[in-house]
Amino acid sequence: MSDEKILDPDGHDEIALLEHASSFDDTVALEHELMMHDEGPKVRAIAVLRRGFAESPELRKGLRLTLLFATIGAVGRLTIPVLIQQVIDKGLLADEGFRPGFTLTACGIAAAIVIGVMFLARVTYVRLVTTSETMLRNLRVRAFDHVHRLPMAHHDSTRRGELTSRVTSDIETIARFAQYGAVAWIVDSVIVVGTLIVMSVYSWHLALLTAIVAVPILPLFRFMQRRQLKAYGIVRSRVGETLAEVSEAVQGAGPIRAYGLQPRAKARLETAIMRQYKSEASAARWFAFMFPLGDAFGAIALASVTMTGIWFGESWGLNAGSLVACLFLVQLILGPIAELGEILDQTQTAIAGWAKVLDLLDTPIDLQEPENGRDLPAGPLSISVRAVDFAYRTGGRVLHDVSVELPAGASIAIVGETGSGKTTFAKLLNRLADPTAGEILIGGIPLTDVDKDSRTRRIRMVPQDGFLFDTTLAANIAMGRNGATETDVKRAISELGLTEWVDGLPRGLETEVGERGEGLSVGERQLVALARAQLADPGLLILDEATSAVDPRTERTLTTALLRLAEGRTTVSVAHRLSTAEQADIVMVFDAGKLLEVGSHSELVAANGRYAELYRSWLGNTGQV
Amino acid sequence: MELVETPSAKSVIRRAATLLRRYVRKQRLVFFISIIGAAIYAAAAVGTTIILGNITNNVIIPAFEDNEKEARAIWYSGLALLLVGFLRASTIILRRYFAALLTLRTQRQWRRDLAATYLEVPLKYHRETPTGQLLAHADADIVASSEVLNPLPFSIGVAALVIFAVISLATVDWFLTLVALVLFPSLAIINRLYTARAEIPLATVQERVGGVSRIAHESFDGVLVVKTLGREQQESERLETAADSLRSARISLGKIRGVFEPMIDALPNLGIIALLLIGSWQVSIGRLNTGDVVQAAALFGLLAFPMRVFGFFLQEVPRAVVVSARLDKVIDAEREPKGGDAVITDGALAVDFENVRFGYGDDPPVLENLNLHIPAGSIVALVGVVGSGKSTLCELIPRLVDPDAGTVRLGGIDLRDLDPEELRREVALVFQETFLFADTVLENVTLGDEITEEEVANAARIAHAENFVARLPEGWKTEIGERGVTLSGGQRQRLALTRALLRKPRVLILDDATSAVDPVIESAILRDLRTSLAMTTLVVAHRVSTIELADEVVFLDGGQIVARGSHKELLQSNSDYARLVHAYAHGGE
Repeated sequence: MSDEKILDPDGHDEIALLEHASSFDDTVALEHELMMHDEGPKVRAIAVLRRGFAESPELRKGLRLTLLFATIGAVGRLTIPVLIQQVIDKGLLADEGFRPGFTLTACGIAAAIVIGVMFLARVTYVRLVTTSETMLRNLRVRAFDHVHRLPMAHHDSTRRGELTSRVTSDIETIARFAQYGAVAWIVDSVIVVGTLIVMSVYSWHLALLTAIVAVPILPLFRFMQRRQLKAYGIVRSRVGETLAEVSEAVQGAGPIRAYGLQPRAKARLETAIMRQYKSEASAARWFAFMFPLGDAFGAIALASVTMTGIWFGESWGLNAGSLVACLFLVQLILGPIAELGEILDQTQTAIAGWAKVLDLLDTPIDLQEPENGRDLPAGPLSISVRAVDFAYRTGGRVLHDVSVELPAGASIAIVGETGSGKTTFAKLLNRLADPTAGEILIGGIPLTDVDKDSRTRRIRMVPQDGFLFDTTLAANIAMGRNGATETDVKRAISELGLTEWVDGLPRGLETEVGERGEGLSVGERQLVALARAQLADPGLLILDEATSAVDPRTERTLTTALLRLAEGRTTVSVAHRLSTAEQADIVMVFDAGKLLEVGSHSELVAANGRYAELYRSWLGNTGQV
Repeated sequence: MELVETPSAKSVIRRAATLLRRYVRKQRLVFFISIIGAAIYAAAAVGTTIILGNITNNVIIPAFEDNEKEARAIWYSGLALLLVGFLRASTIILRRYFAALLTLRTQRQWRRDLAATYLEVPLKYHRETPTGQLLAHADADIVASSEVLNPLPFSIGVAALVIFAVISLATVDWFLTLVALVLFPSLAIINRLYTARAEIPLATVQERVGGVSRIAHESFDGVLVVKTLGREQQESERLETAADSLRSARISLGKIRGVFEPMIDALPNLGIIALLLIGSWQVSIGRLNTGDVVQAAALFGLLAFPMRVFGFFLQEVPRAVVVSARLDKVIDAEREPKGGDAVITDGALAVDFENVRFGYGDDPPVLENLNLHIPAGSIVALVGVVGSGKSTLCELIPRLVDPDAGTVRLGGIDLRDLDPEELRREVALVFQETFLFADTVLENVTLGDEITEEEVANAARIAHAENFVARLPEGWKTEIGERGVTLSGGQRQRLALTRALLRKPRVLILDDATSAVDPVIESAILRDLRTSLAMTTLVVAHRVSTIELADEVVFLDGGQIVARGSHKELLQSNSDYARLVHAYAHGGE
């Protein structure tokens, strides 16, 4: 007869529930983001910069000298207009006529300054790049570490993409900005201020006039900047949507062909592509309008300076040369202002990216690892669960007042329907989350006091789908314990009776398993997970029983390996098959978050409660071979 | 990411010209407007300097030297400057917006072409090409192949600007023209040198960016394993190594930029100094006047920035050429074969395999000399170990793959004589891995077809999906995936079956399609299938209870049919079969 007895036909539904809970979280986050876009003032560049600098103190290192260099470099750029003025006034239009000596000297000095500025700019740039790259490298590593410290609820499939982009594309936007935009900001703002200062040496009236004309650019740019940010935010999500559609077309290639879904997929792709295009085109509108704003204002400035300069110049102590110099200075301001407009969108994306990374770093880590944590005792571990409640932040309670004492070395099966809380219970034992109330003791030590290294080694959870890294089989197994040697790996393999399987693989232990281990079958991936556990020699083994079908040959290897692995350890299995429960020392029956029954299989059948009911319904349904 | 190879300069120019012509031809009007914008801009920019020179000579100098202030001249000066400035601004808008449109539309076209390709190539193509690569084509590659269009109109404008500038200089003085003729080519040469020197470091940076993101992807994907193995520290070190090498690559690139960028900035200024020297000498001997020198200096300053955009354009060109060639190759991939117009008869259909052989590449064939007749209306169970060719046999029927030799017939008709669309309306293949779209449950089973509620309810009843769907938050309207609920394997499989049944197939193929469903439910489903529709059913089965329900069992081993008959007959006649089935029955222990 068939011995595949499945209690919970669809397996790990609590995980589904969990994912649902956090996708709700996500919706809230999205709404929040949209709100941010709608209420522009909430996007505060300065606040992000302040936070960013506080978060990355290395940015301050050598900043002053770099700024000084940048300032000198920018001031050096003012050389040319001044030179023109000097040459015209004192070289050409001087009372004594053309003065070749003076002209030559002035030009020589100017050339020296231009070349000096060139070298200074080089130093400044290399300093800036070094500082910013160092800072970004550290920020990236910290963000990455933080992601790994987030509670599991953050790690559903939707969030995963977002988390990845925090460490990749968001930091890349900052990097791009650091390479181009940051230098431009410093140099341009120094030039703008410096130009106004030099101008006021010739005539403060004209400097003031230029400033007055230029002032309205700022609020206008700010307004456009916000609209642009919003537009680019939309572009980014549209790009994501298109890629999601493309990815459906690629990953669903089989069903799409089998069901003749090409027209439907094509229509959906077309919609996504058009939506992306429209969002990009409307962002391009802002992009097109912002830059020439500087030119328009420049024209107003130039015209007004020219007119007032000619009209009142003499009474303000100007002469022809200094007025022409002022006109050049006005022109000199235009370039930087325009460039500031140019890099504004880059700045905005960078700041938005930076804000997202900083927000990630601000996401609280629910689990605090103890300082000077205690080590778990050797040998099999007992479990003591006292009045434990658990609730996800966004949802209702998943576990209600669960208390149970489980002796060391016992094999325990947890059974229950979808959503009964059994998977959550298993996760709590592994401290993938902390109970919202109550306490769990493993080997007599409160789980929250246990040292992290000791915990990960002595309590080992074997998830349903053994995720493998894209490297060799040997390296994947060795991950089971820090510092495991090849000999250890081989021993673990032979202890579990997996030698034959490994030898049967094309390149044995050196077989490359591919992305996510997809070069191996589901069952083989589970074998790797078991070998990893064997290496760690845990005292408590938590098994999430697989629901997916495994071919019989692998299934047998798996069963043997599991039996050997479980020997001499406390094992808790989240059981999807009744046969597992039948063989366990203790069965825990969960229902709607409550621990309903605890006892051996025969006791529970005799007690004629919920378990007995499940058992009977299964017996009645099973066909005979 | 592979390094972008550098083809010879000559072939790049030729290929770039071809590519740009091809892009532009599809967007003539848009391109034309952006070019007009760029050209008027160039004229207006030169115009500004001419106006400035004139104002200096005719208004400013008389005003200060001779105290001649003519109100009208002053007003005209201001107005002229204002108008030419506004003209410049508005042409920038034209040029920028339409250049962006040109780029975006080209990218849109690429996206459409790629999407169509991905949908039309045979399944084999997808099996042989990693998803990541196909996504990269649709994302970064499209941008790389067409980003060159953004600076294109401006670059053409710059070319015009240089010509205007040189002409307007030539009208002033040929000596000054000479300075320009030395300066601009040397700017171009330095730009070119810069591009050449930066190319390899740039590719290294890109490759390392890819390395960092691969690690992040993998590490976050396997987060549960990282957590349970306590490998956060090792993962962090792995990323640190990658981040460090990215940092050092960026810094070396930065050093190259640090050499060239300031040089490119300094050159026009040195040009202006040379111009002033020569200019003032010329003024002194009376060949020029001050205004001419001012105008020439303003022109030089004006040209510095555009020359850089031109450099950027040149830098983008080789990349666009290489990447667009790569995309072209993808788009040219062979499409699914078309069929004939044979007509299928009504009712359940027989399936025949005649001397079929199928293999992947040079590997030993998966199926070899396979002959099988599946009678119309029967339920046949396909049994065999992993790798025996079961799935391939299933995929041959809806023609997802074509046999290398031999013939597959449906209702007696060679599949190659049938329109694939027609064929797939009659044949439904349900895979073990259920693919669900990020859409509602209902949409996932109807797939956009108009189907009555009653029909959906009927199909769902047979597939035993009715009850769990009813319990979902919004029933049939519940969203699945990204922003909705996640279903378990068994639920997904039952939806896939509903989806298949709704299409009223005349041949239903279940390729291990109920493996995650409770065996009790699985048996019930098969019993209901038998009574529900007039169709032929082929089931790849692992469970004895399922195998038993079939009219006939086909035992496949090593790509060939080794035995067939009822379950009981095979148990007795074939020891391999008996052993395998025994393993199935006790595998769960």
